[in-house]
Amino acid sequence: MSKFKKKSDGGTPAISTASLPDIVFMLLFFFMVATVMRENSLKIKNALPVANQVEKLDKKNPVSFIYMGKPSDGYEKFGTEARIQLNDQFAELSEVGAFIGAERAALREELIPFLTVALKVDKDANMGIVGDVKYELRKVNALKINYTTGVGDALNNIK
Amino acid sequence: MAKRSAPEVNAGSMADIAFLLLIFFLVTTTIEKDSGLNRKLPPIEEDVEPPIIKQRNIFTVLLNGKDQLLVEDELMEIKDLRAAAIEFLDNNGDQTCTYCQGAKDTSSSDNPDKAIISLKNDRETSYATYISVQNELVAAYNVLRNRRALELGPPQGFTDMNFVEMQKNYKDARFVGNKIKLKEVINQIKLEFPQKLSEVQ
Repeated sequence: MSKFKKKSDGGTPAISTASLPDIVFMLLFFFMVATVMRENSLKIKNALPVANQVEKLDKKNPVSFIYMGKPSDGYEKFGTEARIQLNDQFAELSEVGAFIGAERAALREELIPFLTVALKVDKDANMGIVGDVKYELRKVNALKINYTTGVGDALNNIK
Repeated sequence: MAKRSAPEVNAGSMADIAFLLLIFFLVTTTIEKDSGLNRKLPPIEEDVEPPIIKQRNIFTVLLNGKDQLLVEDELMEIKDLRAAAIEFLDNNGDQTCTYCQGAKDTSSSDNPDKAIISLKNDRETSYATYISVQNELVAAYNVLRNRRALELGPPQGFTDMNFVEMQKNYKDARFVGNKIKLKEVINQIKLEFPQKLSEVQ
């Protein structure tokens, strides 16, 4: 018995975990800085296409988001065709104008001409719905738009 | 007076607390994509006579419902679109453009100022293809503007800086250099190669 005991006595000392909190805090701060709070929960598929001639969306100016895509799993009752999502819910095409009006009403007056509408459209959506939304935006004179895309080689979109 | 040392606080659970916070932030936040192609929509104007534009100054790009690309009445792959657009914009048919290097073909565009790219898509065109085409057309303008920037930049003191970098530097608060001069150069390039991309409704 004593033979075994002697061997285990010379074992390695326990690794100190005192710096573990520091490491975790470092990760925590990284995520707090690099991410933003989720604004809307998406009810649609929203895999954005990629492009390589992109410009950064100017955060100094106000931005409104319009999402488009097929209803995601659990929302099949809304159909299989691409739908529009404004804020937290599905919307009809006719509501786009009112949505822009509401976004404008929440802004300071001098910022209204700088409002950019970012279109976050799923890459499987077709242009019909995008064209309709663009026409609605023209009707309410919201002319600055941004097709939000990821960064990558645009030729990879077509597969 | 006997000095009693304060008992040490056990910091063993600090890691657990930090992990809890970390997981909370991981779940509730997203890394937002904030890049994209900026476009400007035309305002709705009623009863406006469409301006008369010579056919040779229009570069028609058609995208059909099956995502096929028809450029100037010929079927084309998207990867060839950029080169075709550059050739059209840079053509300099009436030889008034001193900075163009195109073929001076009289059956193609007169000069970059008059050249218009017209993009038409179907309702069934997929968004991914549409973005790819938009991207290639913007890229064509950027290639020409970059080339011009490398010519115009050095005399103004902006060496080895293409147009895209110029715009980035202009927005960058940490850029050391003459921003007023930089803006002038950028504006001049924008005037020389104006982005005339029209979408047919």
